[in-house]
Amino acid sequence: MYNFEFAKPKTVEEAASAMAAEGAQALGGGQTLLPTMKQRLASPEVLVSMTGIESMVGVAVRGDTLTIGGATTHAQVAADAADLYPGLAALAANIGDPAVRNRGTIGGSLANNDPAACYPAGALGSGATITTNTRDIAADDYFQGMFETALDEDEIITSVSFPIPEKANYQKFDQPASRFALVGVFVAKTADGVRVAVTGASNEGVYRWTEAETALSASFSEGALESMSGNLDDMIADLHGSASYRAHLVGVLTRRAVAACG
Amino acid sequence: MAADGGMGHATKRREDVRFLTGRGKYTDDYTPAKTTYCAFARSTVANGKINSIDTKDAAGMPGVVTVFTGEDFAEVGGNPAGWLINSRDGEPMKEPKRPVLAHGKVRHVGDAYAAVIAETLEQAMDAVEAIDADIDELDAVVNMVDALANSTTLVHDEIGTNQCFDWGWIEDNRAATDEAIKNAPHVTTLELVNNRLVPNAMEPRCSIGEYDPGTGDYKLTTTSQNPHLTRLLISAFVMGIPENKLTVHAPDVGGGFGSKIYHYGEEALVLAAAKKLNRPVKWTSTRTEAFLSDAHGRDHVTKIELACERDGTFIAFRTETMANVGAYLSNFSTATPTFLHGTLMAGNYTVPNVYVNVKAVFTNTAPVDAYRGAGRPEATFSLERVIDKAARELGMDPIALRRKNFIKPDQYPYASAAGLEYDSGNYDALMDGLEAAADLAGFEARRAESAKNGKLRGLGINSYIEACGIAPSNLVGVLGSRVGLYDAATVRVNATGNISVMVGAHSHGQGHETAFPQVVADMLGVDPMSIEIVHGDTSKIPFGMGTYGSRSLAVCGSAVFRATEKIIKKATLIAAHMMEDKPENVDFEDGDFSVKGTNKKVSFGDVALKAYIPHDFPLEDIEPGLEETAFYDPANFTYPSGAYACEVEVDPDTGKVDICSMIAMDDFGNVVNPMIVTGQVQGGLAQGIGQALLEHGIYDENGQLLSGSLMDYAMPRADDLPNFVVDHSHATRCTHNPIGVKGCGEAGAIGSPPTVVNAVVDALQRGGHDVEHIDMPVSPARVWEAMNG
Ligand SMILES: Cc1cc2nc3c(=O)[nH]c(=O)nc-3n(C[C@H](O)[C@H](O)[C@H](O)COP(=O)(O)OP(=O)(O)OC[C@H]3O[C@@H](n4cnc5c(N)ncnc54)[C@H](O)[C@@H]3O)c2cc1C
Repeated sequence: MYNFEFAKPKTVEEAASAMAAEGAQALGGGQTLLPTMKQRLASPEVLVSMTGIESMVGVAVRGDTLTIGGATTHAQVAADAADLYPGLAALAANIGDPAVRNRGTIGGSLANNDPAACYPAGALGSGATITTNTRDIAADDYFQGMFETALDEDEIITSVSFPIPEKANYQKFDQPASRFALVGVFVAKTADGVRVAVTGASNEGVYRWTEAETALSASFSEGALESMSGNLDDMIADLHGSASYRAHLVGVLTRRAVAACG
Repeated sequence: MAADGGMGHATKRREDVRFLTGRGKYTDDYTPAKTTYCAFARSTVANGKINSIDTKDAAGMPGVVTVFTGEDFAEVGGNPAGWLINSRDGEPMKEPKRPVLAHGKVRHVGDAYAAVIAETLEQAMDAVEAIDADIDELDAVVNMVDALANSTTLVHDEIGTNQCFDWGWIEDNRAATDEAIKNAPHVTTLELVNNRLVPNAMEPRCSIGEYDPGTGDYKLTTTSQNPHLTRLLISAFVMGIPENKLTVHAPDVGGGFGSKIYHYGEEALVLAAAKKLNRPVKWTSTRTEAFLSDAHGRDHVTKIELACERDGTFIAFRTETMANVGAYLSNFSTATPTFLHGTLMAGNYTVPNVYVNVKAVFTNTAPVDAYRGAGRPEATFSLERVIDKAARELGMDPIALRRKNFIKPDQYPYASAAGLEYDSGNYDALMDGLEAAADLAGFEARRAESAKNGKLRGLGINSYIEACGIAPSNLVGVLGSRVGLYDAATVRVNATGNISVMVGAHSHGQGHETAFPQVVADMLGVDPMSIEIVHGDTSKIPFGMGTYGSRSLAVCGSAVFRATEKIIKKATLIAAHMMEDKPENVDFEDGDFSVKGTNKKVSFGDVALKAYIPHDFPLEDIEPGLEETAFYDPANFTYPSGAYACEVEVDPDTGKVDICSMIAMDDFGNVVNPMIVTGQVQGGLAQGIGQALLEHGIYDENGQLLSGSLMDYAMPRADDLPNFVVDHSHATRCTHNPIGVKGCGEAGAIGSPPTVVNAVVDALQRGGHDVEHIDMPVSPARVWEAMNG
């Protein structure tokens, strides 16, 4: 690890000005960033910690919308959203291990946009809105490919708002080593239709499986998907699974998610 | 009578007090005054020609004390292979030099070519980045078939081939085996891969070199399973430091599994640097360095044939194996695929013909060497997979087929067709125990229940034999070993009656500090807690060969036994003197010496005290003191054996395998501490299941390690494993060592992989899928591909 300065602001405004410094980078739970720094693959000059900003921590409901502060840990979401949005809380409860969940944050996960991460599927599948210190970004516009997002260099995710669906479920098939998603599918049924978001599978990062959405919007049942499987184009192929295996899992997990929605 | 806590007691491990309370002291916990820190520059290419290494900038960086390159060690000796293997044509194996630092060429990703010593680790790492290495990347040889076919892309240009040796065992049996197979009514053939494993001990390697210019003494504190072997290699081969000027200390070691048997270049480097700087030098491996530079395990590609009669009687096993040795010969790398593998290829069976051919192949990958089981897992996997396939082809029950060919209890000693003499065993008894424990009658009902949940259930059976207690020096000498494989112990009874036992074996998870005292306590009738084991420091212990190959109790424990016998003999002399009678009239029982037919009695404690206060000793007949040393060289290997069963559920939608049960029936001979033995088996099973389902050291065609971190290399976790049933009650005593023990450290890792794969193939077969074999790791993706391929 290279040396760096450390800032722990108390407000979003202070954080924004700290982020303006040369080489500044936001620090959430550090679960991704710190290992990268230890390997000397990242060398921020200033780490601006988000977790001391009170307004960025917590889970709240207003009407049909669940809002999660950008620096809220996975463990807190798992606990506090359990009754409010069980599908999302269950997703958070199954990220990594207890140490990861007690440190890692939703803002860090969405900013990082790992192609195998869980929250991107939850946010895209829910049609969430990512709120930053400067603007609101619809999930459909936010995710722009592996590790790519609509965020500007020093933009801070302050909160994420999820319209609470009628039903939702996330099915994750573990990559055996990392236990990130080899493939993960988030299905949400709302009054306006069904959204299906797939993580882990595509070279383009998290994406909406529109064929399945159409089929499920017509009939929300496993049968509606029959033997459908994901589109082979752009599927990831690596030592943990071929493209056709992943495409197959997309179908299996989507059916399981629908079944689990009940 | 056994002392309380003596032989056979499930005494809790006393070393766990310090391990479980964070008071273990590992190499990295030692930081002598004025320590400097070492970081290595390692190759990022698998094969490369070093044009130049410019260290000027690095040397001028803050805190940098000195920089080494391969040039500095050009005159120093190479790290040798411990066994000389001769090829079928009589030619000795190819043995290219393994330098301390790469010189001229780098040969695998992670091959160290320079080292920086600095005041802090961060400074050393900064300076490593400033080294300007001009290295031309060359084509790499990774795949063994390509490596053998290729005569232009070579790992070592000077030997002109990528083949280290082409070994036949037993060469004189080749023609008969070929003939038997040609004429056999049935031949089952299987091609399989024994996957490369990365050991991943919890504690990465670490070495500290120290030098005292006042005395000229060196000290190496290091993560080693065998400090004396490391000292011998450094002294006799690599650096020429006289052994009496070099202390090697291996303090608490956080797991070895084989990977810490070997001497590595980093150890020589910190010693050389300490001498040059007159300051201690410490290097601690990162996890990444461990992945890239620790000796890996397994990595065999095998074709095996089993010839049999139509009734299932075995006629012959013939094996052709390519064994990857990586870029350099690690110390045991040539013994593992040969004498620890080929000699076991008769298994538990009365098969008359066995022939094994092994080609060892250099590739641009990390060195491969012995890893928990070392050769025997490879042998067992090949045998027990092909037997399972043969059972299916012959329409026989896999248990019945094995039983039909088992060596029977009245056939011992049994000379196997692969050249070993098994001294004892009872494979039918193990199988009886297994059948009872596994509730085979209930399997169909369990399978129906699984089917209801959409799962395919399968049952896997396996029996294994291994050779432990490594090893009889006279035999291994004939086979090419360059060292003896005895062990040694000194029992020192102190004046106040407590006892220090200095042993050559090294405990890094095996529980020696608890088990060895149980043996001594039992013999002397004293409290085991009054006995302390001293190990790991060459300045304190006699010359022993360390811990690997499930040898500690069988070989070093036997030395402890012999030394304790000598203690009893001498103490009897002293007791006789004290009681004014003849030694032959003195009995020793329950810690007391008494004169037959009298009520004269002295306790062991009284005798110990007397030994050190010899005011009235007849010095012609009795020396003062009570301390004895024994070296024990075994007469034969020991032959643990077992029968294992496993049930799995396969999810046909995803290919995921869940292990529902795993039962291990092992014959370890006598058992000193059943709790420790159970723990050893459980750990071995976890490792074997890791190999079967999860672990894979996999290189791409350019020699980059794709599974080079724990994010991609899957270690087994608790929730991957079922509750194990472990039973070692069906025991037959080892006939040739004094404790009657066989060794239990590796069994679980040997017996479980074929059991799991047999179960998965059985599940798929019963589920209507014509799948004959899936290579390990049997990952969800591979199972799915096999079902849909
Ligand atoms: C062992 C392990 C297992 C894991 N398993 C899973 C899993 O199963 N599923 C899964 O989804 N994830 C998993 N993760 C990742 C985990 O969820 C991380 O918490 C997450 O990826 C990053 O969150 P963080 O708060 O730790 O972010 P950090 O590591 O602190 O930062 C990550 C990136 O986000 C940026 N950032 C952080 N906060 C903000 C913010 N508020 N605004 C803008 N940018 C920000 C940082 O600058 C950095 O670029 C695992 C991680 C580990 C170590």
